[in-house]
Amino acid sequence: MIRFEDVSVTYDGATEPTVQGIDFEVPEGELVLLVGPSGTGKSTILNSVSGLVPHFTGGTLRGRVTVAGRDTRTHKPRELADVVGTVGQDPISHFVTDTVEDELAYGMESLGLPPDVMRRRVEETLDLLGLTDLRARPISTLSGGQQQRVAIGSVLTPHPQALILDEPTSALDPAAAEEVLAVLQRLVHDLGTTILMAEHRLERVIQYADQIALLPAQREPLRLGTPAEIMAESPVYPPVVDLGRMAGWSPLPLTVRDARRRASGLRQRLAQAAGSRAAGAARVGAAAPRKRGQATPAPAQPPRRWFRKPTSATPPPSPHAAEVQALTIHRTPTRALTSITLTLTPGETLALMGRNGAGKSTLLNTLVGLIPPTSGTVRTGGAVPHRTPPRDLIRHVGLVPQEPRDLLYADTVAAECAAADADASAAPGTCRTLLTDLLPGMTDVPDDTHPRDLSEGQRLALALAVVLTARPPLLLLDEPTRGLDYAAKARLATALKNLAAEGHAIVLATHDVELAAEIADRVVLLADGEIIADGPAADVVVASPSFAPQVSKILAPQKWLTVAQVKDALGSSGRS
Amino acid sequence: MVDASARSCGQSCRRAARVGATAPRRRGQAKPTPAQHQPRPTTLHPGAWWLWSLSLGIAATRTTNPLLLTLLIVTSAYVVAARRPHTPWARSYSAFVKLALAVLLIRLTFAVTLGSPLPGTHTLVTLPEVPLPDWAQGIRLGGKVTAETLTFAFYDGLKLATLLICVGAANALASPTRLLKSLPGALYEMGVAVVVALTFAPNLIADVQRLRAARRLRGRPDSGLRGLLQVGLPVLEGALERSVALAAAMDARGYGRTADVPPHVRRTTTTLTLGGLLGVCAGTYGLLTAEGGTYGIPVLLAGVTAALAGLRLGGRRTPRTRYRPDLWGARAWLVTASGAAVAAALAIAAVRDPAALHPTVIPLTAPTFPLYPAAAILLGLLPAFVTPPPEEPS
Repeated sequence: MIRFEDVSVTYDGATEPTVQGIDFEVPEGELVLLVGPSGTGKSTILNSVSGLVPHFTGGTLRGRVTVAGRDTRTHKPRELADVVGTVGQDPISHFVTDTVEDELAYGMESLGLPPDVMRRRVEETLDLLGLTDLRARPISTLSGGQQQRVAIGSVLTPHPQALILDEPTSALDPAAAEEVLAVLQRLVHDLGTTILMAEHRLERVIQYADQIALLPAQREPLRLGTPAEIMAESPVYPPVVDLGRMAGWSPLPLTVRDARRRASGLRQRLAQAAGSRAAGAARVGAAAPRKRGQATPAPAQPPRRWFRKPTSATPPPSPHAAEVQALTIHRTPTRALTSITLTLTPGETLALMGRNGAGKSTLLNTLVGLIPPTSGTVRTGGAVPHRTPPRDLIRHVGLVPQEPRDLLYADTVAAECAAADADASAAPGTCRTLLTDLLPGMTDVPDDTHPRDLSEGQRLALALAVVLTARPPLLLLDEPTRGLDYAAKARLATALKNLAAEGHAIVLATHDVELAAEIADRVVLLADGEIIADGPAADVVVASPSFAPQVSKILAPQKWLTVAQVKDALGSSGRS
Repeated sequence: MVDASARSCGQSCRRAARVGATAPRRRGQAKPTPAQHQPRPTTLHPGAWWLWSLSLGIAATRTTNPLLLTLLIVTSAYVVAARRPHTPWARSYSAFVKLALAVLLIRLTFAVTLGSPLPGTHTLVTLPEVPLPDWAQGIRLGGKVTAETLTFAFYDGLKLATLLICVGAANALASPTRLLKSLPGALYEMGVAVVVALTFAPNLIADVQRLRAARRLRGRPDSGLRGLLQVGLPVLEGALERSVALAAAMDARGYGRTADVPPHVRRTTTTLTLGGLLGVCAGTYGLLTAEGGTYGIPVLLAGVTAALAGLRLGGRRTPRTRYRPDLWGARAWLVTASGAAVAAALAIAAVRDPAALHPTVIPLTAPTFPLYPAAAILLGLLPAFVTPPPEEPS
């Protein structure tokens, strides 16, 4: 259906091709997953199927890409519109009209389909994607998952034979992601649609893939194979594969279900390892004593943990990094917070989870004073955020927004760092040093790089360094792992763990259950603006089927959250 | 093109059948009646709303009587309150009302500070007059403020405000985007460009707000002109990037596909359009000059006809079809007629009874309430009763 013949793409102004030697075929009716670290050219490959590369982006494409027998060299994107449907990373930039029904019809109108056919297909697609109740709604009022479904529906109505999706679930909460993936699976199974999709969150999508196309590194040849084959050697892999590799299972399990069937032996070994040392909750604590210690205090520590002396250079005037009392916020009826009470201690890492639109970002924005509370009080280290001048506030609390680019104004990385030092009245070079600490690889990036040209992970590190320059004892991150590959995520997790060890209190709003499991001491679940669960990470996420990480699903009823914990436990018991 | 679409339809029909088979339960309830243009149940043709609103606006230009103008505002506001859809753009009405108030206030401020040539006798207050040099003769700063001047300015400003509120009503009742959907095929692509430009502004405002918030996170003041200027470049960059992304998405979804038309049709289209436009120019020139009175109107009409024919023929080049086009039904006629009736009644009244519709300022008299024109304005309430109520938000 989709055929690449020795394709290489060189963008204008680039000295080397972005991708080269791409030679593979996506057979009809299969779902092929394109995986690889960031910057290996996944989006370039996806966009060359619809003809946007090179017709729209410029650059030179060598070789041949054919879709349903049509050569993209001779067919412009608009002439491929009836065979290929493309949904990019950001559904918002995809919408042309303003209501759901019109958006679904737009592609068919352009193709000139007869009105009765259009009408029928719109109704069918509304049903297929579960959008019937939303048909007359303005698109701007929909949630992220709904928008993603509308975007998929809008390219589905012309009945393309192939569907190209670039990270369809990365902005979605676990439940919404499952909704979208269920739709995709239905398309492949029932309609025989061919799907080529790129996604960083393999733990969500891998069980749906028929084949995986792996781009191991930049300019390395692409490899195509069954998921089990590719996962055995891939540099990017989900936790289930990590666990399988560690335990030496062969063939590698790809789903939680497969892994569970194999895991009885591992569970026994883990129970023994844990039993040989200590029983109960201490097991989790012992696996990662530093960070789990706060969630389940070890007897050696003082029972009231906020009496622990924070190790940060500037101890906050209040014992709490942040205090929120009976906070209520009235905005539009869909985005409000209702009587939120929350206390954060220095050194604590809290993951804020919940559906898209549950109020996570609103709560973070309130903590930095962007939204004044309707009632209740908010204090961050003794300051009232919305009444504190920005210059002073950055010493109390820092927020890395969902789009880290919003924080960056300057033309070069060096200028950005200098501006951050000036804003925070810190010693020159502070920001740059922080940046190098956060991301040792950043030294390779020249100082005059435009922040726009950085990779997602580098940009996040830069924004984080800018925020940390003022040394805020409370650090907030909104959806930090969006668009990050596993390597960048691991670096972020390490950086955040170190910051917590230095005494920073960290709050992250995230959909990424694996990240939350790895670094959070405490998890707060929000639903409709209310706290519905608040407790140690191990207890909260394990109790919730949609927020449980893969490892805990595999090893339930034991409470293990990450592969690293399992490794530690087995390793230490092996030594003793 | 023709055979391509036929092929895709054949395939699609088979697929459609399969989709139906997979969701038999829900399909039954939403089963479309084939091959019928069903307008959406709760919508009126957007053109009808615009004609109605603009008619009320025209009526407003015929009078300066504050009582009649207030009645016009109340009439349009009632219809908007009763019939505006639950959509974000329907909220633009309040923005228009604020704009109208601002216009009124500015008009009054000018009347107070700049004075007015009106020979008023009821002096309310005397402001210190700023002496101006000789070359600025005829302009006065400060000085006497008379009740007559203020009243005149108020009447005048209110007229303008009413006009603005009527345009706001049109915007709230039917977004311009929906109106553009009714453009002829040849103009469609231009229409989309206009729509994209229209969404540019709201997106730009959202960007500015987001980036000013981000400034606060950097520890810089988030208000003031400097803050606004510093986010200018990133905002424009973002807007540009979004436009490019949208253009790519539109292209990938088939925007701008053209059908092959025989060369003679293409040539005829060009000839008709160009010739028509020339005719329109010549006809207008004829109408405006004294000696061209005889040929002006016929040439203008011929030009318009040729241009329209060219447009219609040009539509053949775009294979676009329309999904559930808005139909111009009996309700649309009623709504348009009610607006037109108001405009006509006030136009006639302005000729028949100028004293009532233009209350005199000198000497200062209380405006009377002319009964018949007022009754005619109430005809404008008709749409609130004949059109279906908006859908409740789900």
